[in-house]
Amino acid sequence: MNKLDRNAMAARVARDIPDGAYVNLGIGLPTLVADHLPEGREIVLHTENGLLGMGPRPAAGQEDPELINAGKQPVTTLPGAAFFHHADSFAMMRGGHLDICVLGAFEVSIAGDLANWHTGKPDAIPAVGGAMDLAIGAKRVFVLMEALTKDGRPKLVRECAYPLTGKACVSRVYTDLATFEITPDGVLARDLVEGLTLGDLEGMMGVELRAG
Amino acid sequence: MIDKIVPTLEAAVAGIPDGATVLVGGFGTAGMPFALIDALIAQGAGDLTIVSNNAGNADTGLAALLATGRVRKVICSFPRQHDSWVFDGLYRSGEIELEVVPQGNLAERIRAAGAGIGAFFTPTGYGTLLAEGKETRRIDGRDYVLEYPIHADVALIKAKTADRHGNLVYNKTARNFGPIMASAAKLSIAQVSEVVPLGALDPESVVTPGIFVSRVVVAHEETPPSW
Repeated sequence: MNKLDRNAMAARVARDIPDGAYVNLGIGLPTLVADHLPEGREIVLHTENGLLGMGPRPAAGQEDPELINAGKQPVTTLPGAAFFHHADSFAMMRGGHLDICVLGAFEVSIAGDLANWHTGKPDAIPAVGGAMDLAIGAKRVFVLMEALTKDGRPKLVRECAYPLTGKACVSRVYTDLATFEITPDGVLARDLVEGLTLGDLEGMMGVELRAG
Repeated sequence: MIDKIVPTLEAAVAGIPDGATVLVGGFGTAGMPFALIDALIAQGAGDLTIVSNNAGNADTGLAALLATGRVRKVICSFPRQHDSWVFDGLYRSGEIELEVVPQGNLAERIRAAGAGIGAFFTPTGYGTLLAEGKETRRIDGRDYVLEYPIHADVALIKAKTADRHGNLVYNKTARNFGPIMASAAKLSIAQVSEVVPLGALDPESVVTPGIFVSRVVVAHEETPPSW
């Protein structure tokens, strides 16, 4: 079985982002999706700190401390870009104007519940940022994550053990083993990596799956 | 005649009382009003409640204010960062109170205060720890949480250009919380890079109309990188 590497996972998501889409890419692995957007599609990237039409990181020496993304990294603007304040930025999410957001996750439940903001450990300093707004704030919420934790536990679960970010908000989960579509009738699995059967995958994830 | 330009940073922060709730602009270091924060530290007001997206970076700006021990409580969305050691230390030793608010709720609570809204129902946070104990309502089949505005005594913000009426234009993603914070405080203070004559700003391009701004002060400073 050949697991997808991080770039292949990001490319798999990018393939499903259509021409003309307004998209927010979360911090971490989802940020990689920007490097794989297919040629010939005009896709507008949103960053929560007040920019539509975000471009790539500038060349060394061209960074502007007042032109950054949600991960506080330097970025650029593309032709057609717009700046706006925070209330407008989150109106774009909450108001359902963004077509897609791509988020990382600790866990996603088969009902589409998302946990990605807080480990819940007693010594952890809670910090939510825009995670809860993004979770409920796009027409479609895609999660991009490894299917298993480093110690082999599934991250697609019957019920989340970590504190929730949003309830029943995830549409689709892209992983290094397969893509999962969350539907009211259960979870559909597709794009299984070579050498992996649906039965194997069900065994690994511990939840019921149907071929999709 | 209206002239909101004050000559010094000291004059800009004069009269901020102990116990004030202070909105502080910025997302990371972009838009953080470093000069005004330094002036507030020198001015000496204490027992403050600070409302800002983050809880300070490295040892300057908001972090330096926290380090004075004059901040009782921080209301923010994302305190924990790679360089938030000042806040982290105060929080872990129980010397500072924290209210974590989802970023969009933080922005909308500030906007609501400036817009005279009594409270609002938002879908963000429903069913999570951050909505525990809050009133909820199902409207047209969707679940919402009741959130209240954040009214403030003072706003400290940073813009690029002002005129003497307090009309403001910002710089790139340093705009972030500036416009909504300006509207939500009794005393809104803007530090700017330059002041231009009245009439020089295109009325179509003014981002914060001067009615929301109380004082303007010129401060030349380099924004340290957030990365």
